[in-house]
Amino acid sequence: MPIQSKAVGLPLSRVEGPLKVTGGARYAAEYFQPGMLFGVVVPATIAAGQIASIDVSAAERFAGVVKIFTHENRPSTAYRDSKWKDQVALPGHPFRPLESDRILFDGQPVALVVAESFEAARDAATLVRVHYLPEESHTDLMRAIHTSYCPPIPRAKEMMPPPPRGNAQAAFDRATNRISADYRMDGEHHNPMELFATTVLLGDDGTLTIHDKTQGSQNSQDYVCNVFGLATETVVVRNAYVGGAFGQALRPKYQLFFAVMASLDLKRSMKVEMSRREMFYLTWRPSSFQTVSLAADREGHLQAIRHHAVHATSRYEDYQENVANWSGLAYRCDNVELSYEIVKLDVSTPGDMRAPGAATGVTALEAAMDELAYEVGIDPLELRLRNFVHRDQNQDKDLTSKALHACYREGAARFGWAGRSPEPGSMRDGVDLVGWGMATGLWEASMSPAEAKVQYCANGTVVVSAAASDIGTGTYTILGQIAAECFDLQIGDVTVRLGDSTLPKTGVEGGSWTAASSGSAVQAAAKAVIATLLKHAGELHNSPLARASADEVEVAEGRLVLEANHQVGVAISEIMATAGLSSIEESAEVGPDKALARKFAAYTHSAVFVEVKVDSELGVIRVTRVVSAVAAGRILNPKTARSQILGGIVMGLGMALHEEGMIDHRTGRIVNHNLAEYHIPAHADVEDLQVIFVDEDDDKASPIGVKGLGEIGIVGVAAAISNAIFHATGKRVRSFPITIDKILESEIRQ
Amino acid sequence: MDIGSRNDAVPLCSTAFVINGQQFTLELHPWVTLLDLLRGALELSGTKKGCDHGQCGACTVLIDGERINACLKLAVSLDGARITTIEGLGSPESLHPMQKAFIEHDAFQCGYCTPGQICSAIGLVSEGRVHSRADIRELMSGNLCRCGAYTNIADAIEDVMGQGRNQIREAAE
Ligand code: FES
Ligand code: FES
Repeated sequence: MPIQSKAVGLPLSRVEGPLKVTGGARYAAEYFQPGMLFGVVVPATIAAGQIASIDVSAAERFAGVVKIFTHENRPSTAYRDSKWKDQVALPGHPFRPLESDRILFDGQPVALVVAESFEAARDAATLVRVHYLPEESHTDLMRAIHTSYCPPIPRAKEMMPPPPRGNAQAAFDRATNRISADYRMDGEHHNPMELFATTVLLGDDGTLTIHDKTQGSQNSQDYVCNVFGLATETVVVRNAYVGGAFGQALRPKYQLFFAVMASLDLKRSMKVEMSRREMFYLTWRPSSFQTVSLAADREGHLQAIRHHAVHATSRYEDYQENVANWSGLAYRCDNVELSYEIVKLDVSTPGDMRAPGAATGVTALEAAMDELAYEVGIDPLELRLRNFVHRDQNQDKDLTSKALHACYREGAARFGWAGRSPEPGSMRDGVDLVGWGMATGLWEASMSPAEAKVQYCANGTVVVSAAASDIGTGTYTILGQIAAECFDLQIGDVTVRLGDSTLPKTGVEGGSWTAASSGSAVQAAAKAVIATLLKHAGELHNSPLARASADEVEVAEGRLVLEANHQVGVAISEIMATAGLSSIEESAEVGPDKALARKFAAYTHSAVFVEVKVDSELGVIRVTRVVSAVAAGRILNPKTARSQILGGIVMGLGMALHEEGMIDHRTGRIVNHNLAEYHIPAHADVEDLQVIFVDEDDDKASPIGVKGLGEIGIVGVAAAISNAIFHATGKRVRSFPITIDKILESEIRQ
Repeated sequence: MDIGSRNDAVPLCSTAFVINGQQFTLELHPWVTLLDLLRGALELSGTKKGCDHGQCGACTVLIDGERINACLKLAVSLDGARITTIEGLGSPESLHPMQKAFIEHDAFQCGYCTPGQICSAIGLVSEGRVHSRADIRELMSGNLCRCGAYTNIADAIEDVMGQGRNQIREAAE
């Protein structure tokens, strides 16, 4: 590696920035073709039951309408479930749009209206008359909780709780200090700002070029090919720019199915864009109920941890996420019992939403830790320090690294934690009660298989390509930085191509693994290019590098040189000219290191410190200050990395105070399916946010030392806010979001 | 109440306006919103649709210098208007100062809310109502950003305003 990096580690601006700020970056719905058709979905208005009849006659007569698809006339598609399972499908039966007259969830699409204009499709859709035979629906997690069960087919082995260790019950009973509390969370909706959309451009030769809002172009491509029986070569899926996703676009959405179905049936190019309302009907963070019991000795050393977690799933698939296991590995404790169950409801299948499982489970654990700190009578940060653990006790493995001490130290110093007066309600600012709270965050640092191609051109420019996605995470920029570093170039000399199913194979963008995985693949491919350069250099007459091996050389200032002595080397232009090459292209594939994974577990960590001000008369809560100190291995780009954490904090703020999917349980219908009634944080809600990246060297989590940042920013935030609210008001609200009514209600009850 | 035949019954309306300096005279159905017109027939897809209900600000454009949600404006109501969309503010080769500041401060991630934020920010500056960072936060609250770039957006706006008059900083002190 060059000593003075021109790229990696520098706070470079996003390479696609100029396109994004001028409207030039095109998202899924923003491709055009004369004569293209538009589809609009009619959502069901019951949560469970059957369609008795659909009357499309008025809609069909509407000027501009081309065809209306319902379950009665839907073109035939794949029969077997396996064909409908995408790369990240869940145990169960994947949803098939317009498959039958059964209604499984509120908002399920019951018709697709296709017209010559968007307006005609939209207006005609209101004329479709559906008669339902509704059945009783069950959507209230708390009322159905007695039906919870252990998922018979685990989504992944790691998501299942580890066997109990020690004897948590006995240790809990014996302990001097203990707390036990229930935590409730309502469902949340991702609501990326871009609406789900798919544009299908039909080629003269029958091939489909599909612009889809997805976190994985190849996942969408597979799905389309399997469901419609198409050959892979005839379908290209692109997602060059994705207007946010946060997990909602991991699995193919029905607008993809509809756009392709109608395009094939009508032999026309198609565009189908969801409404904001439809965005609420699928893939949500499930409502959950958790019980956490903690016991400690008088000094605060944990004696027992029990964590039981239950969340919702649909009738047709078993959505699963790792909620409880965090409690077995966050702190040192020898008596641990974790359990996890799900409940079937008449809802659409939930899905991964930013830090799935951890956002939920760590919130409960960290709120409970705060309760324990008060029970024992020590500072909440001190409680965490006393129970620090350097090992993953769940898996009985060493950790690749854990610079969490530094997060605690640097975060507390920046925040001024030492100035906290412990007594709740003891800090004031005029009529405002001031509260300071903190929490720990953790998330797994993982790698997934990824390929990348690197092309070095004789003019000293580089092209990187991979079917990875940049969903706002900065992938274009960091992959460009890695390539620039390998060839000692400026980032402007590198072009990065992503978001195209024809590019080297990459899984979906999720789980915070893209930087580590695709980044390592780019580095490996660049090294392969350098090895090829060396081979050609060795063929030069009197080559100074004749005896050098690939790991002894690097690129510096346009020359292939000995790492140990840059004087010894050959100009790359000379190597390529002599070999008669205009470019060299190599691919590489990386994946998790299984041998390492048997011995080590890898996690990112954070310490979150929060100040809230609660109006003592009105109960209005404002988050006035957040410091998040993060240990995530090597930071490729401090500017884009910081933004990822800021985004996580903001979403955590929404989780703590605003976000609440409201279902009318009498009808099973979502009632606040718009951005005026489902509140996400706005400018006015977000005040002073500070991000610290602590130094953390990790040579095992990934070949490039990166651990990933997409999720860690949100983990712990909601807990830190609720803990700060307790510190401000002396009230424990254990039901999220913590809205004003809950603050006032708990006051009245006292 | 059959609206099925309304397309035939309602005449097209001739509407003339200027978009990004270019004169357009269009025959429009009265129910077409400015947003759908931009993102559809005119292929000016820099203006985004995030809700179609006036709840997110992604569709913000400048009409005669004022920031407006394009999803709430019927195109036919804009006869004689001067409309500026994100495409009219600058190009990658020659960026508007606000666009430059957004890049510099990393005031976006996915970029989807960004054109609306930038148009709104420019409208905000010309309104002359901002005296503090709290004002920026309050007066930009019609523009949602799910990526949570709010603090960076406020930094970018403060930066641009400071370049002109330093007034925000003074007011804060
Ligand atoms: S699309 Fe106009 S405000 Fe949301
Ligand atoms: S940058 Fe993604 S919504 Fe604002």
